[in-house]
Amino acid sequence: MAQKIDSDHSRFRQIVRGKIKDNLRRFITKGEILGKKGKDVVAIPLPQIQIPRFQYGHKDTGGVGQGEGEVGTVLQPGDVEGEAGQAGSDPSEHVLEVEVTIEELAQILGEELELPRIEPRGKHRLESEKTRYTGIHRVGPESLRHFKRTFKAALKRQIASGLYDPNNPVVIPIREDRRYRSWKVSWLPESNAAIIYMMDVSGSMGDEQKELVRIESFWLDTWLQSQYQGLEVRYITHDAAAREVDRHTFFHTRESGGTMISSAYQLCAEIIANDYGSGEWNIYPFHFSDGDNWSSDDTKTCIELLRTKILPASNQFGYGQVESPYGSGQFIKDLREAFGDQEEKLVLSEIADHEAIVQSIRDFLGKGR
Amino acid sequence: MALPLYLRELQQEIESYAREFGLDFFDIIFEVLPYQAINMIAAYGGFPTRYPHWRFGMEYEQLSKTHTYGLGKIYEMVINNDPCYAYLQEGNSLVDQKIVMAHVHAHCDFFKNNVWFKDTNRKMMNEMANHATRIRRYMTRHGVDRVEGFIDTCLSLENLIDLHAPMIRRRPAQRPPARGENAGSNQRRGREVPRLPVQRRYLDPYINPAEFIEKQKQKLAEQRRQARRFPAQPERDVLLCLMEHAPLNRWQRDVLGIIREEAYYFAPQGQTKIMNEGWASYWHSTICTQRALDDSEIIDFADHHSGTMGTQPGRVNPYKLGIELYRYIEDKYNRGRFGKDYEECQDLDKKRRWDKKLGLGREKIFEVRRLHNDVTFVDEFLDEEFALQQKLFGYRFNKSTGNWEIDTRAFKEIKKRLLFSLTNFGQPLIEVVDMNHANRGELLLVHRHEGVDLKLDWARSTMEALYRLWSRPVMVRTIVGEKHTLLRYDGQDHTAETVSAADGLGDPPAEDENDDQD
Repeated sequence: MAQKIDSDHSRFRQIVRGKIKDNLRRFITKGEILGKKGKDVVAIPLPQIQIPRFQYGHKDTGGVGQGEGEVGTVLQPGDVEGEAGQAGSDPSEHVLEVEVTIEELAQILGEELELPRIEPRGKHRLESEKTRYTGIHRVGPESLRHFKRTFKAALKRQIASGLYDPNNPVVIPIREDRRYRSWKVSWLPESNAAIIYMMDVSGSMGDEQKELVRIESFWLDTWLQSQYQGLEVRYITHDAAAREVDRHTFFHTRESGGTMISSAYQLCAEIIANDYGSGEWNIYPFHFSDGDNWSSDDTKTCIELLRTKILPASNQFGYGQVESPYGSGQFIKDLREAFGDQEEKLVLSEIADHEAIVQSIRDFLGKGR
Repeated sequence: MALPLYLRELQQEIESYAREFGLDFFDIIFEVLPYQAINMIAAYGGFPTRYPHWRFGMEYEQLSKTHTYGLGKIYEMVINNDPCYAYLQEGNSLVDQKIVMAHVHAHCDFFKNNVWFKDTNRKMMNEMANHATRIRRYMTRHGVDRVEGFIDTCLSLENLIDLHAPMIRRRPAQRPPARGENAGSNQRRGREVPRLPVQRRYLDPYINPAEFIEKQKQKLAEQRRQARRFPAQPERDVLLCLMEHAPLNRWQRDVLGIIREEAYYFAPQGQTKIMNEGWASYWHSTICTQRALDDSEIIDFADHHSGTMGTQPGRVNPYKLGIELYRYIEDKYNRGRFGKDYEECQDLDKKRRWDKKLGLGREKIFEVRRLHNDVTFVDEFLDEEFALQQKLFGYRFNKSTGNWEIDTRAFKEIKKRLLFSLTNFGQPLIEVVDMNHANRGELLLVHRHEGVDLKLDWARSTMEALYRLWSRPVMVRTIVGEKHTLLRYDGQDHTAETVSAADGLGDPPAEDENDDQD
């Protein structure tokens, strides 16, 4: 139903969009909106959309309530007026949150960072069926009978055959008058993508480094999700040995011990070969580490794996090197040396701090591959 | 959409009960609407004809979400208008509709009879439509962005009105004193210190002692200072000051006027939230349980009613507080529990069983609904016994534990906090004290500090909005962290300067005593 409010509502959405766009870099670098992600929507705090007024600040006068309890009884944060659920350091703060769909967010990201759209691989052979009720048939199941059309047909017939009496407007459909809804099947080409995240979880990767990876992976997910109908994400952690893990473990494990990057690449190659080998998948492996590898022999194995197995199967391989006080940062140099500029599927990016995330996202996604 | 027959009959039935109980209301036009339309109208503050603005869209989104997630449902909306418009939700059950209709009749009675609504525009439905037409016209003429931006600016200042203005005569337009009328006497006064008349000379030092003369001198000086100040008295209707004196285009002045008028229209509803909802709840409960319900509906009624009355520990439910307070008053006046005898009775047991069988309760609550607003309602009738009955408590944020905690059950403190939260809607009091500050056309406002600081970042943004209208530097004198502070915005930068408490800047001028003894 079209309503008068729709224009005001779309104006509001437009303003929200503008605000998100203006603040996108801040959102990206601070990672503020993460963790508020639902299935299809993200909640973004946007205090600056409210209309400012002269208002009281900290309500340290307290308030009045009603109910049982002794002096000293703790009230649930949600019960307290004007409380957004978190009784934090600033009790009177009530931040307006707006929800945007991931799709919309990706669109804003794309516009702001000027990301090119990706042309999917795969021969459009993976197709999905979609049925829509579009037409009317003379035969069909009773459950799909179209009453209005049926009676219309009956009326037509009765008028044509002179059976219709306007003074006694009785319309009785007979078998031939019955009309049924019918559907059409359309085939939509579908392209799927798989992201394989690999991360070094050896002792030298601290919480801050992992935070960088987490923020960056959120935006990579968001963008790639908007570009493909289906997206699968796999996670591999490695120190001296590699394991496939779930998302939570991926961001929260901490191991000590050495680093053998080849173990992860080996596992990655296996996953690609086993699960995404059909050539219909758009594969995006990303590897994040601090650039410390156990030995130069292992680095050689890595390069070999990349060259023979991973790169040929992937759309793009992204290596992000997070700066860490413990890492030597050697690995990115080795890769650069080995591949030079010749391998365009290989993207290398250095992430020094939060500010560098934006540029890094652009590095990874700016090629439109 | 026309009301279906069964609801029309129901309306007649409920109306007859309401009249029987003595409620007095405008004609009521009910409309049944699907929830989307109800949400839309609620977003527009009850007026489907409102002017276009994005904040209504924002409101709508929030209401729709609340509805979708099942967190809240709007059963009805009533508009203070003659005839009164009331919207019913399509999905209400029949019992709901009964309750809601009874509720609406009482709201409408309240609108018609409560003195704070006396001067509200009863043709607001039309007025709002006119506002919308004018704003649309300005939008086509001056551009949507420009007009919308200006509305945003005005809305920032929407709360700067004088809530008591509808009750007093509006200030006559200030005109310069006519020649010869005032100037002469002023001049004479200026030079000579007025003395009390003395019959015998030797009494003069006793009747007009030196300290008295000194005081008179100071008073004169203050008067002179005041005469130079504009406005002469601090003015709470900041919007009116701006409308009259800010350098605005004609359309801007009109838009500002629209915002101001709507703010005044809605103000009494904010001022009487507890009373209005309490009154409506009292009557829906009375009408339903004593007349309108049949036996099969009582459970559904109880379910609905208790949902409305439900309290959460950390907040006061205006429906609950209101209905209980009316009932409390009714009981008190039915039993004669007031007056000197009762107050002075020391025998608690006797006091508890006090019943003079006066039966004045109904009459009293009708009087209360006519004369009071939330502040006076609570101030006059909420006493210790009631607070105890209702288990009221005060809570506060405990910084050491990081929790909200109940911190008092002391009646005085609870009442103080409750009144504070109701006074001026819990908004800070801001006044214009000088529109030509330092003789440079700067605007000086004063925040009458009542113990709580302003939210500073918002105050700064609001000052920017003021600057956009006033186009000269804007200052707000307030207290920040127990220090008198002058916030200033000159169009470029914000500054905050600590000032002494006694420099007279924006202090309320001395009480104007009648000294016409010359």
